This record gives sequence, structure tokens and C-alpha cells, in this order.
Amino acid sequence: MNRRNILKISALAVLAFSTIGMSHAQKSIVVSSTTSTEQSGLFKHLLPVFEKKTGIQVKVVAVGTGQALDIGRRGDADVVFVHDKVAEEKFVAEGFAEKRIEVMYNDFVLIGPKADPAKTKGNDIQAALQKISNAKSTFISRGDKSGTHAAELRYWKGAGVEVSATQPWYKETGSGMGPALNTASGMNGYILSDRATWLTFKNRGDLAIVVEGDPKLFNQYGVMLVNPSKHPHVKKAEGQAFIDWIISSEGQQTIASYKVEGQQSFFPNAKK
Amino acid sequence: MLSAFHDAFSLLETLDSNLLEIVIVSLHVSISALVIGCVLGMPLGALVAIQNFPGRQIVIVILNSLMGVPTVIVGVAIYLLLSRTGPLGELNWLFTPKGMILAQSVLTTPLIAALTRQIIEDGWRIHGETMSALRLPIAAKLKWLVWDCRFSLSIALLAGFARAISEVGAVMIVGGNIDRVTRTMTTAIALETSKGDLPLALALGMVLLGIVLLANLLTSVIKSFAERRYG
Repeated sequence: MNRRNILKISALAVLAFSTIGMSHAQKSIVVSSTTSTEQSGLFKHLLPVFEKKTGIQVKVVAVGTGQALDIGRRGDADVVFVHDKVAEEKFVAEGFAEKRIEVMYNDFVLIGPKADPAKTKGNDIQAALQKISNAKSTFISRGDKSGTHAAELRYWKGAGVEVSATQPWYKETGSGMGPALNTASGMNGYILSDRATWLTFKNRGDLAIVVEGDPKLFNQYGVMLVNPSKHPHVKKAEGQAFIDWIISSEGQQTIASYKVEGQQSFFPNAKK
Repeated sequence: MLSAFHDAFSLLETLDSNLLEIVIVSLHVSISALVIGCVLGMPLGALVAIQNFPGRQIVIVILNSLMGVPTVIVGVAIYLLLSRTGPLGELNWLFTPKGMILAQSVLTTPLIAALTRQIIEDGWRIHGETMSALRLPIAAKLKWLVWDCRFSLSIALLAGFARAISEVGAVMIVGGNIDRVTRTMTTAIALETSKGDLPLALALGMVLLGIVLLANLLTSVIKSFAERRYG
């Protein structure tokens, strides 16, 4: 083979390589969801079952709840699957979804150093936050308009504590649950997390669960189809198929069967 | 930290099919962006190098600045462009490899153009007078200069490839890091790090490094082979 042919063949190979995957006839929908559902591994467990049953590929874009809802507002997703009831109801009120459907819940836990300098251990989240504020112990906030962040701010408000980034012990990372946990682990600070993400998180350092079981820590997930009248291109049939499936008994059972470290992580509670 | 490296090696040994998918997406997107950058950037850079036109200095400044534009800015810009509510929404390229290729092409094209311009300009300084004396048409001048500077230009291509394959900001925002569809090595590393799974992130990092090293090796082998054969 002379030089000319080698060059031609390698150029063709490069061009051919760059065009693979051009055609994709499979039905698909885009679901914007949260880092907690993706990073806990729930979708990896849940979606293959749905795909096998319906042949619809589900593409999940996992970001904070606030951003997931914004993606829905812009019509860049067909379905939104998040956990901030207040924000979701606002989404419906703005007309971007016709209705909000409850799917499952899990709970938040307060994570902190095993030594627990602020003595928060127990089952009262608001009391714990008060103690952290009094002790000025390092606290990591997600600060990213996520469902977890919104819940965290509600607990601070309920505890009667005003928090802001100007306080040196309150650190806003503006990131997803995992990166925030990494920061908390590195700084040995307190952080609010959902149980599922904590169970799958591997870089725990010296951290452990310090507060759990408070009924206020209940975390509800809701799913919404992006309104086709606002965004006509939304894949209404496939999106609705997804919603119908996750609230069906098969979908709910699949959610319940997802275990992390032997513990069930998400509890289905769609209304029958 | 040593244990993380040890775990990383054992992970690589199993050669996960998921890992293979991620590598293929990365290569598909970055090589496509490289090809586009080469096809658009090289002629542009060469033309700016030898042709004098009003505003030439401004074009040079813009090209040089775009070389170092933060990738997240390109990501946000392309995201807004491709969003359904944006001007190119009808293309449906958001959260797909096509959108990622577009974003990375915006990164590679100015880089290759700027480097090409500098390299060709140096060549022009040497051969310019001769070519003008021979009254060669512009296409011939360009072809000849590109051929003459081919080894330096291969470095420009390598730089373009490196910029594309190692960036995370643009592909994360435009691609959405969707499992099996738009997850690249860099976005996978970011994801696994954020999950605290550092061994897997390191393993992916080593694969990425290996690919970049391989590309460099390939270029130097081709270069030495061609040099020996054709001088």
C-alpha cells in the first residue's frame, strides 16, 4: 500500500467514524429529573423495565429541581420528575403542566461528623439546625434551587434561623447532592441529604447520619407532563405512557424493589 | 489515595461495556468536531495568513481570543441556541450528540484556524515572494503552503483534538450527560466524582489520558515515517 492509499483510507475511516449513530429510529422521550433520583441509581433500576415493556427509550437529564423545571419551561423535556411540591404547583399554575401527580417519597437525613460537635443527634431537624447555628458549626448547603435546597431553607425558617452566605460557617456550594457531600466530607461539616443518595455515596470520610425520622423530613416526588398546548412538539403519547407506567402497580412495585445496601430507598405512594 | 489507583486498575481490567459506550461517544463527538474544525478552520486560517483585507487584524485578534474561550460559555451559548425556545430549536439537537458536536466544533475551529494562521504566516514569510513572482493563483498558494507546513499543522490538529476530548463544560450543558446517549468520558468522570466513586473516576481518567497519549504517539509516528520517506 502506498502513501496515497494509506492517507485515503485513514481519512475515510475518520469520516466514517464521525458519522456513526446518525440514524436512531427508536421512540424516546426526554425526562428532566433530579440528581437524587439519578445518582442514587433508581433510574438505572427503573428505566430498563419500562423500556423493555414499551420500547420507549427514556433519556434522563439529571440536574437540580429548579433547573429541571426550567428545562420543562423551555420545552426541552417532555416529562419533569422532581421533588419540590411548592415549585411544582407553581409550574402547574404557570400553565407549563396540566397537573402534578405524586409518585413516591423518600426521606431526608441530616449528615454530620461522627463526633457531632453541635450535639444534634436525635430526631428533630429544626432543633438540630438551631444547635448548629448556635455552635456555628460548619454547614454545607447545596444553594442550587434544588428540591433538597428548598427543603433545607424551609427547615431553617421553621427553626427561626436566618442563614446567608455571609455567615462564615454556612457554605453554599451551588452544586448537586454528590459534590456537596464531597465538600461536607472534606470539611467535616453538616449537610442535609436525601437518604438514597447518602446510601450510594462512597466518599463518606468521617460523616454519618445524625438526625433522621422526623416527620418533617418526608420528601415527596411528583411527575408532570409538559403541557403540549405550551410546547406543541412535546411527545404527549410517550410521555403519558411513562407517567401512566410509574403510577401503575408494576411501576410502583419496581420503585419499591430498588434497594441500596439492602435498604429500600424510595417508597411508592401514587394515589390509586 | 494509592488504594483508589489500585481499585481503578482492577476496574479497567473488567472492561465494562458501559465504559466502552462512554469511550465511543467521546471519540465520536470529538473526532467529528476535529474533522469540522479542520475543514473549516484550516482554509480560514491559511487565507487570513496570506491575504490582506480590511479588518484583518481584528479577525486575527478575534480568532486568537476564541482559542481560549471558557468551554462553559460556549456550552451556555449553544444551549440557548438549540433550546426549543431558541432560534435553532427546530433542529432538535439539544441533549443529542449532534448538539455536542456543534458545541465542540465552536471550540476546535477557532483554535485550528488561529494556529494555522500563525504557521502559514511563517511559511508565507519564506515563500511569499517566490509565489507572488510565479503569479500562482490563490488556491495553488494555499495548497502549496499547507503541504509545506504539514508537520506543524498536524500539531495544530492534535491541539484541536486535545481541546475537544478533554473539555467538559460544553458537552455537559449541551449534552445533559444522559446515560448511554450523551455521556462522555469527561462528564462521566464529573458524575462519578460527584457520587464519591473516586476509583471509577480515576479509571475513566486513565482511559482518557491513554487516548490522548495514543493520539500524540500516532501523530509522531506518522511524522517520523513521512519525514524519513519524503524529507
